[in-house]
Amino acid sequence: MIALENLTKIFETPSGSVIAADQITMEVVEGEICVLLGPSGCGKTTVLKMVNRLIMPTSGKIYIDGKDTDEYDPVALRRTIGYVIQQIGLFPNKTIEENICVVPDLLGWDREKSKARAAELLEMVALDPGVFLKRYPKELSGGQQQRVGVIRALAADPPVMLMDEPFGAIDPINREVIQDEFLKMQEALGKTIMFVSHDIDEAVKMADKVAIFRAGRLEQYGSPDDILAHPANSFIADFVGGDRALKRLRLITVEEAMMKDPPRVRPEDTLEKATGLMRENGHISVVMVGPRGRPRGFIHINDAKERKGLVGEHYEKLPATVNVREDLRTAVSEMFTHDLTWLACVDDEGFFKGYVTQRGITHLLGETYRDG
Amino acid sequence: MADTTEQSRFSRAWQNILLVLVFALGAWAYASGVLPQIFELWEDIVFLTQQHLGLVAISGGLAILVGIPLGVWLTRPSMRRYAEIVIQLLNIGTTIPTLAILALSMSLLGIGALPSIFGLWLATLLPIVRNTYTGIQSVPAHLIESATGMGMTQAQILMRVELPNALFVIFAGVRTALAINVGTVPLAFLIGGGGLGELIFTGIALDEFGMMLAGAIPTAMLAILVDFAVGQVQFWAVPRGVNPLR
Ligand SMILES: Nc1ncnc2c1ncn2[C@@H]1O[C@H](COP(=O)(O)OP(=O)(O)OP(=O)(O)O)[C@@H](O)[C@H]1O
Ligand SMILES: [Mg+2]
Repeated sequence: MIALENLTKIFETPSGSVIAADQITMEVVEGEICVLLGPSGCGKTTVLKMVNRLIMPTSGKIYIDGKDTDEYDPVALRRTIGYVIQQIGLFPNKTIEENICVVPDLLGWDREKSKARAAELLEMVALDPGVFLKRYPKELSGGQQQRVGVIRALAADPPVMLMDEPFGAIDPINREVIQDEFLKMQEALGKTIMFVSHDIDEAVKMADKVAIFRAGRLEQYGSPDDILAHPANSFIADFVGGDRALKRLRLITVEEAMMKDPPRVRPEDTLEKATGLMRENGHISVVMVGPRGRPRGFIHINDAKERKGLVGEHYEKLPATVNVREDLRTAVSEMFTHDLTWLACVDDEGFFKGYVTQRGITHLLGETYRDG
Repeated sequence: MADTTEQSRFSRAWQNILLVLVFALGAWAYASGVLPQIFELWEDIVFLTQQHLGLVAISGGLAILVGIPLGVWLTRPSMRRYAEIVIQLLNIGTTIPTLAILALSMSLLGIGALPSIFGLWLATLLPIVRNTYTGIQSVPAHLIESATGMGMTQAQILMRVELPNALFVIFAGVRTALAINVGTVPLAFLIGGGGLGELIFTGIALDEFGMMLAGAIPTAMLAILVDFAVGQVQFWAVPRGVNPLR
């Protein structure tokens, strides 16, 4: 856990003093990613660098796991904190292996152990150790360097990580890939992470908590959904953007939003049975599943009422389905693409698990709006 | 301001031209009977070459031993205020002809090996200090920040980040410095320092062409050899990641 208490930094410059951090009090819960978010010059980097003592606070305290960081030797403290800078900062004179082994070496690890660790970490980010261990940073692409920058910070398995726009120097497509990779790693590693970003989308994606700064002050601290749903003031509302309701769609998975255990019919069922089922549930269509429970199509109530026979003779194909692990943004996008008001949801094996409707989604977003 | 690839490309071209010249000269010398005259002086050549090399090794070695730490020292935070002034002075210093430095050295220390070594040392020192300073100064700040943030001490940052990343530029400085050094050693004879200059200047004075060549050819060969040796060390000692030649 990282706790900041009345943390203040005032830079004295020839043109007067700059308050880069103003009485900041906040806590990053163990195992969570806290994104420090805000416009350029609002003090994000300053706050981050005070945690590992690259910048000395003017006043205030920082506790890591309850211990005052003033009591540590700064050098020893830094070796227990993973640090990723925006410019990546790989040492060009060292091979990738040597770069990853920097902190293990400083800690006096056994060489063989740290080399094995370097290979293991490269594999974690899908870089072949056989190819990359002996290369120099200049022989890597920007995205590859960024990956190495992150795993280098993880090398000595520090419980706390500080990351200053770690994916800043990379094109948007690659950035998404690395973000996903990193989130997957974090799921397994459970590090306590302070992460600087000026990109609201990145924050929404990466954060358990978001801290929004303006001119050195902490303006709001809460979960991404909280900040999108209830921005504390007009500055934050502007900063998170007019499309904040749409951004929230990313935060909710299909699984969380769908109606579970949906009614279903089989090809051999009669149309009367289908009509009955729809009336019972107040639906205007029902999904037809195959023998093992995969959705095959659907039948609309008007067709079922007008015709006679079996469902298998009259069903229509489903234009699209959505995986339960996708987020609502994907679901809504599918709906718009195929002009649908509802979507059947399937699991990884393709079994029918539920459905989401446009009305249901609107309702869900509205619910959290009214909650607060 | 730092001597880099441009410099070494230039000195390689210079080497090749010199090699051709030496070869042509050798062929001509043999034909004109100057060669036997040179071989008569063989013992002198060997002795003076050793003396010559001694001057290079002592003055050059001392210049490296003093110049690199001095350059490093100038980059330390405590020196930041004075460093630029010192470097400006050094830049002015490099414009002084080496013969003038030797003359000044003689006026301070008299005649013999000591003023020669001192003068050569001074002339050699300047490029080494300057390149060490600029080399370390041009290591990007974010690398230092990254190293500090990972928990390196000041000394570790110097040894593991700053020096390795400045090494190529430092070597370029050493190379320039030694080229100046080897080229200036013959002048040391003028203040009683000995070396192959003795054959060259005596040859000129006596109008004995063979004697002059007996001094000039080994001097030229030494220059090529020393530059080649430093170039090789530079090529292999500077890590591939920061070595534009590899
Ligand atoms: N060493 C320093 N000396 C003086 N002022 C500084 C120093 N470092 C930062 N500042 C000032 O403190 C304020 C906060 O800077 P900081 O680097 O923390 O901003 P930031 O939020 O990280 O911005 P960005 O998104 O552009 O990186 C700025 O006004 C900056 O000019
Ligand atoms: Mg910043």
